[in-house]
Amino acid sequence: MSHRVDAAAPGPERTSPVRAAVSVDGVTKVFNPGRPDQVRALSNVDLTVAEGQFVTLIGPSGCGKSTLLRLIADLISPTMGTITVAGQPAAKARLRQEYGIAFQQSGLFEWRTVLRNVELPLELRGMSRADRKARAEEMLALVGLPDFADHYPAQLSGGMQQRVAIARALAVSPPLLLMDEPFGALDEMTRERLQTELLQICAQTATTTVFVTHSISEAVFLSNRVVVMSPRPGRITASIDVDLPTRDDAARQSPAFFDAITAVRRALRAAPAVAP
Amino acid sequence: MTVVRRVLPPIAFGVLMVVAWQLTVTVGRIAPFIVPAPSAIWAELVEQRTNVWNAGLASGLNALIGLIGGAVAGILAALVASRFRPLSEVSVPFAAVLNALPIIALAPILNNMFESTSSVPRRLVAGIIAFFPVFINTLRGLREVDPIHRELMHSYAASGWTFARKVRLPGALPFVFTGLRQASSLAVIAAVVAEYFGGLQDGLGSRITSAAAFTAYPRAWAFVVGACLLGLVFYLSTLLLERLVMPWKSRLIT
Repeated sequence: MSHRVDAAAPGPERTSPVRAAVSVDGVTKVFNPGRPDQVRALSNVDLTVAEGQFVTLIGPSGCGKSTLLRLIADLISPTMGTITVAGQPAAKARLRQEYGIAFQQSGLFEWRTVLRNVELPLELRGMSRADRKARAEEMLALVGLPDFADHYPAQLSGGMQQRVAIARALAVSPPLLLMDEPFGALDEMTRERLQTELLQICAQTATTTVFVTHSISEAVFLSNRVVVMSPRPGRITASIDVDLPTRDDAARQSPAFFDAITAVRRALRAAPAVAP
Repeated sequence: MTVVRRVLPPIAFGVLMVVAWQLTVTVGRIAPFIVPAPSAIWAELVEQRTNVWNAGLASGLNALIGLIGGAVAGILAALVASRFRPLSEVSVPFAAVLNALPIIALAPILNNMFESTSSVPRRLVAGIIAFFPVFINTLRGLREVDPIHRELMHSYAASGWTFARKVRLPGALPFVFTGLRQASSLAVIAAVVAEYFGGLQDGLGSRITSAAAFTAYPRAWAFVVGACLLGLVFYLSTLLLERLVMPWKSRLIT
């Protein structure tokens, strides 16, 4: 396991032979520029996510981790810098549905059944009725909810709703999955079960994932790399590679897991001291 | 079991109230022009049942036409107003002020605008009154969109029209029905009360006034009961429609 606590110059990844799924170059985001409530949410951020990697953004509230995710998703645009997703500008990647996205709230449409919720992104792509039904059923089986296709979201528990949201995000088989604290509102047991499921799904579908969380153990368990951010202004202060021998419940008890947790915690504590 | 537990208490309460009313009137020897006994009202209701039924049909038809017209106009107006932001900013306070006016007071003027055998004035009053709750609530529903739904549709690169059709309209349905529930009761009240001010006299309102004028108080009350039942039928039908249109709502009144 290697710890690098100076991600200001993430050189090694740029020269990596694997193609970058996401590449963020010198991005600064200022909200309400020129107004009294101007906020510098992100300052000169560089981040490269290699294909197939699971990268977690972690940091205290207000460090800009969600902003960074929304920038990658092209839900907002950067004030300075460029963002490339799957080799194309973020805006183009969004129009081509190169990513799936899930939020802390499942954001399911309450008037659609579970199946029709998963079908929605396919519907908007103009897929035929039969094809999208088959695909949605396949996705529901993948997240372990094949028997709930005809239920309405209000009839499901929070954890099940979140699984439907993940199925929906994966329905178009996007090369990239963006997740903003998707398990944040769930209890610890459900959370751990869904983490294990998510890893299996990502491995099966070979999806690159950018995951936002403020839970250290969640970040370490899920990721190949944990990117530590600090607030005012939001920036990346450390990037920690995690190499767990396995990713199952046993891994949660392994020394490597605890070492990585300690490393992330140190980086999070160190962050404010670096700030001017 | 649960149905019994839910339905029984209100029914028991209602029966108790009627019994208490009957006892108060008979024991207290209260004059019928103050309040007649339920038994007297019931006797009149049975005797006048054809009249109550016909008058109820006439008022009900007026209320229904007014409600449908007002609701359709309200929904269309809300669609237009939500499409153009400046328009909705102007129209909401304007509608709120208009709504505060006693629209029923228009009835005598409308009655004079049409012939005395016309049903149009009463339907117009019912329609105008039904318009406002539907308009205001629908507009609110159309403007309130879950920010996550907005971001999701943006991430799907959905067009404005797709967004309106798949998210905005279905999302506004609960609000539309909140408006319709209010409008359905108001339309009945308007259709009945509009007759107090002249016009064609074939509905419940005119029967109530004429019975009261002839000091036939139990009969007047029998028609009032008819008006209550009519209002109830409208309200329950709206609830039923809501359940049919929005099967995803497990509870109707939240």
